[in-house]
Amino acid sequence: MPLDLVCPAGSLVSLKVAVDNGADAVYMGFRDNTNARAFPGLNFDEAQAAEGLRYAHERGRRVLLALNTYPQTDSWSRWTGAVDRAAKLGIDAVILADPGLMRYAVKHYPNLRLHLSVQGSATSYEAVNFYREHFGIQRAVLPRVLSLPQVENVVKNTEVEIELFGFGGLCVMVEGRCLLSSYCTGESPNSAGVCSPAKSVEWKDTPTGLESRLNGVLLDRYGKDEKAGYPTLCKGRFEVGGETYYAIEEPTSLNTLDLLPEMLKMGIGAIKIEGRQRSPAYVAQVTKVWRAAIDAVKKNAEGFKPAPAWQAELNKLSEGQSHTLGAYHRPWK
Amino acid sequence: MMNLAFPPLLANVVARLPVTPPSLAFSALANRLLWPALKTLDWQSLVGRRYAIRVKDIGLSVRFTVTQRGFAPDSGAPELTISANARDFLLLLSRREDPDTLFFSRRLVSEGDTALGLTVKNQLDALDPEAVLRQLPAPLARAAQRMMAT
Repeated sequence: MPLDLVCPAGSLVSLKVAVDNGADAVYMGFRDNTNARAFPGLNFDEAQAAEGLRYAHERGRRVLLALNTYPQTDSWSRWTGAVDRAAKLGIDAVILADPGLMRYAVKHYPNLRLHLSVQGSATSYEAVNFYREHFGIQRAVLPRVLSLPQVENVVKNTEVEIELFGFGGLCVMVEGRCLLSSYCTGESPNSAGVCSPAKSVEWKDTPTGLESRLNGVLLDRYGKDEKAGYPTLCKGRFEVGGETYYAIEEPTSLNTLDLLPEMLKMGIGAIKIEGRQRSPAYVAQVTKVWRAAIDAVKKNAEGFKPAPAWQAELNKLSEGQSHTLGAYHRPWK
Repeated sequence: MMNLAFPPLLANVVARLPVTPPSLAFSALANRLLWPALKTLDWQSLVGRRYAIRVKDIGLSVRFTVTQRGFAPDSGAPELTISANARDFLLLLSRREDPDTLFFSRRLVSEGDTALGLTVKNQLDALDPEAVLRQLPAPLARAAQRMMAT
């Protein structure tokens, strides 16, 4: 089916909420740095994963497991162990970024369905087809750097299903290759599983504004009525040449409701909602809106127009000042 | 939406009270009403830490720590302080708002040990609401259900 709705779950409660509100598939991670949301208290142990699978399967939905960080040489077995557990549990697909781990999965579990993570950073059909030929991947999540015509070019030249990000926090999008936070904390998202390890983050309400710091480095100072963002280096405001501004990226959220008819037409396989770190309330609200929107566009693509109430609901949940169509819609090439 | 604003006169009176009696009252009440539902949490990294909750519009501040047996009042410097207005705390407790949403819009402030704050948030998120409701005293469970359904 085209336009599968893939929703995030940081806990069993969120998984059930996503299923109840109409997700076709839910993605989750184990409780360690084998996934890119390795926050304390978040994610699934084996018993919770088994219960989540039971709940989803009973209702005809699927559960995907993000194993999308890059294994480190001294702890390789943690990542292969996660693949073993996924196969044993009967996970519907694992989302991988590292070719070594793909090789392991194919060799040991030829029936385990593989998705290429956005962290794999494949932006062309040649790259996607390479992963298909060598590891038999069935779906690829494309990095958020391509315009829609570029996405269409990939879709037309591969038999691999294509999954696109539809909604949620944006990053600077050197997906799978970002080391920025390691300059500040010694840990990067691809090895440690988080951009800003919680232990290095400090928030302080001061007379001049709300300050966020990462390992002592001032990231931003939000004025009284300014919306705050996640405390990541890429979204900080810095003094450059005597001016203070978002020197790398402004904190905004991706929202592609407007593009649904085009995505349907070009045969996009799935839409991914970002946010495993968010709470069940977010999962419920976003899933409900996207379920309604996808049902509406499938019924009548020509006449599709996002309801103002959907946009208002999504805007409320967004990080930063505004939402954006991201690179999907850009006039320059 | 319920009117959850606090009468200004009452807020004024509450704001003038010293911290200790509210903290005592909070711990006693929380142990009676909430502990049965919360004791199944993985408290390992949470016990012995010092917490503060500030309800800004009411001017109410409570400080407490957590032991293996429940909440206990505390007067030391808190390691984690969570501040918001009463209505937003109720929206969070009834799971109608996401903490990050409130945080982005500056309605919720978390200060101190961020890792501790995230652990608390993620553990509370992972609590099964049905199980919590079953553990609450009946009148409180009914009120909570009404709030969650509003």
